Amino acid sequence: MNSLSRSLGVAAIVATGFAFAAPAFAAGAGEKPPRQTWSFYGPFGTYDKAQLQRGFKVYRENCASCHGLSKLSFRNLSEPGGPGFTDGQVRTLAAEYKVKDGPNEAGDMFERPARPSDRFPKPFANDELAKAANNGAVPPDFSVIAKARSYERGFPTYLFDIVTQYQQQGPDYITALLTGYEAPPKGVKVEDGLHWNKYFPGNKIAMSNPLLAMFDDAGKASDPNYYTDGTPVTKLQVAKDVTAFLMWAAEPKMEERKRTGVKVMLWLIVLAGLLFMLKKRIWSRLDAEPSKAH
Amino acid sequence: MGEHHSTYVPNTGIERWIDARLPIVRLMHDSAVSYPVPRNLNYFWTFGGILMFMLVSQIITGIVLVMHYTPHVDYAFSSVEHIMRDVNYGWLMRYAHANGASMFFIAVYIHIFRGMYYGSYKAPRELLWILGVVIFLLMMATAFMGYVLPWGQMSFWGATVITNLFSAIPVVGEAIVTWLWGGYSVDNPTLNRFFSLHYLLPFMIFGVVILHVWALHHVGQNNPSGVEVKNYKKDTVPFTPFATVKDAFALVCFLMVFAWFVFFHPNFLGHADNYIPADPLKTPAHIVPEWYFLPFYGILRAIPDKLGGVVAMFASIAILAFLPWLDTSKVKSGAYRPAFKIFFWVFVLVAILLGYTGSQPTDQAVLTLGGRTILDMVGFAQILTVMYFAYFVVVLPLLGLFEKPKPLPASIADSVLASGHAH
Repeated sequence: MNSLSRSLGVAAIVATGFAFAAPAFAAGAGEKPPRQTWSFYGPFGTYDKAQLQRGFKVYRENCASCHGLSKLSFRNLSEPGGPGFTDGQVRTLAAEYKVKDGPNEAGDMFERPARPSDRFPKPFANDELAKAANNGAVPPDFSVIAKARSYERGFPTYLFDIVTQYQQQGPDYITALLTGYEAPPKGVKVEDGLHWNKYFPGNKIAMSNPLLAMFDDAGKASDPNYYTDGTPVTKLQVAKDVTAFLMWAAEPKMEERKRTGVKVMLWLIVLAGLLFMLKKRIWSRLDAEPSKAH
Repeated sequence: MGEHHSTYVPNTGIERWIDARLPIVRLMHDSAVSYPVPRNLNYFWTFGGILMFMLVSQIITGIVLVMHYTPHVDYAFSSVEHIMRDVNYGWLMRYAHANGASMFFIAVYIHIFRGMYYGSYKAPRELLWILGVVIFLLMMATAFMGYVLPWGQMSFWGATVITNLFSAIPVVGEAIVTWLWGGYSVDNPTLNRFFSLHYLLPFMIFGVVILHVWALHHVGQNNPSGVEVKNYKKDTVPFTPFATVKDAFALVCFLMVFAWFVFFHPNFLGHADNYIPADPLKTPAHIVPEWYFLPFYGILRAIPDKLGGVVAMFASIAILAFLPWLDTSKVKSGAYRPAFKIFFWVFVLVAILLGYTGSQPTDQAVLTLGGRTILDMVGFAQILTVMYFAYFVVVLPLLGLFEKPKPLPASIADSVLASGHAH
């Protein structure tokens, strides 16, 4: 390709950029979630164990009664790259849950305390029961929720994301949602059983503010010692902690993946360097005597 | 280059014994070692090898995934999560397979555009080109059915939208859709047959790839000058080590991009909605196919009539097969066609913009004047669709008659000397 075609190509890309630099948002979309800082951002990012443990506490006490973690087993909580609970802690924790097992020799199903190898039991026996208890909406399972929520990045921002590694649309959205409950704007009527949230698409969300009981109207924590590790109990902190936990739940092998990736990349870079030198060397034979190549 | 005679010399007794009975080592030697390749090939010619690698990679990761996947509407989504969580390196297999599909398409689009720029479809390479179009079609079918298997929201609704296209066929359309589904909606029988075909088609691709490579080795490779090989001593180099080492270097560079997505950005090329289990009662706000289908999806939605849209979409792919006869220019390489070059890059831009229209809601404004929409996404896609087809049926046929090409080099060796660079 000569310079003409190259400059045409560049012109084409630039023109596209100008034409679509300001994408319109679909009607009824919620506000764009603000960017948060996450320990798991970037190629070397890892989970913050203490944060995952705090997030698990928040999940258990505020979300678990409606939202399941059906793809996770209790044992996951003590596996590498996770919250780092001890095996003993996990055994004790699991035993607090009841799971259905059987049939036994008499042919009966029975309940027993959960073991670390069991999956988290579902909060509702079936979807109909979940609906009946929640105003007709099934509370979604949380196993992969942090990867199942997103918002539009728009052109050309999403192309830059490839380089900047931004992929936290899900976590940013969840944190925004948890902190986005407020009074509806004047003149807007919110139907019974719905709540106003400035980040929820359409703004009217069936879920009531799950952190309502933890903070008073001024945003002060009702229990300042809610966290035992001394972390200040603020609305944003609590939202971020449970979000981080959900991110881990959705991507429990992230640390292993990135660690492997760094090794793979280094290996590829070295190999590419060697191959490039070899290529130069082999092709330089042609400079001497082209027709002797065969 | 078809007349290029074998240079294989069996050196050991075993080799001579095998060669007399089944000359398979000779075949491999002649096609991967001594096979003469034009010495002026640029890096765009490394994508054939990259595609071969991606096909094998998809087959291997796919076979491992099948060992742990369950093709049932109640278990498919969970079994994918089981792979991600409980299977050793399951996350690697799944992310390599899902991102591998995208890499496969990136490589194939570069490969196709390279062929279009350098006129690789022209005589004597028409069949080689048509086999390529067949591979492309098979790839699209395979990728589409693969995306259905995790049984997320986009899997389900994508399958619903695309299979419903066949209902546009007059009289028998509805019956065909029922037959495709194995029932009256996308359901377990649909998932099962898609799984079966998703496993079958890659091997069919492999078969057509063999024909593609056979045809290639018979007629020889095109090259950036578009001038055929005249003196193979002067114009070509043996595949090994020259092309082998260059292909290997390009492949490793390509793998870095692949690895970047697999290890550090594995869900970038997917859609968040596919992490929501399929729900036949809940339609997602925007149903969008995978990025590599977007230009064709853009064409589909550009036509207001359903049957017309379906015909236009399939025609936009099928028309590629007629390129050898639509392009009337005697000159192969775009490098020697000043007017063609401009139209070619406009065509590339049109294809990318069609993809953009396919990704956006149809009623979205593209141009507004004083608060009024004067061009929406459908209108924009219609303009682009006309431009897309005009390239094939107007520009290429006429350009060959009116364009004055630049003088061609006498031979490949001359073109190399002219550029003052051997490689």
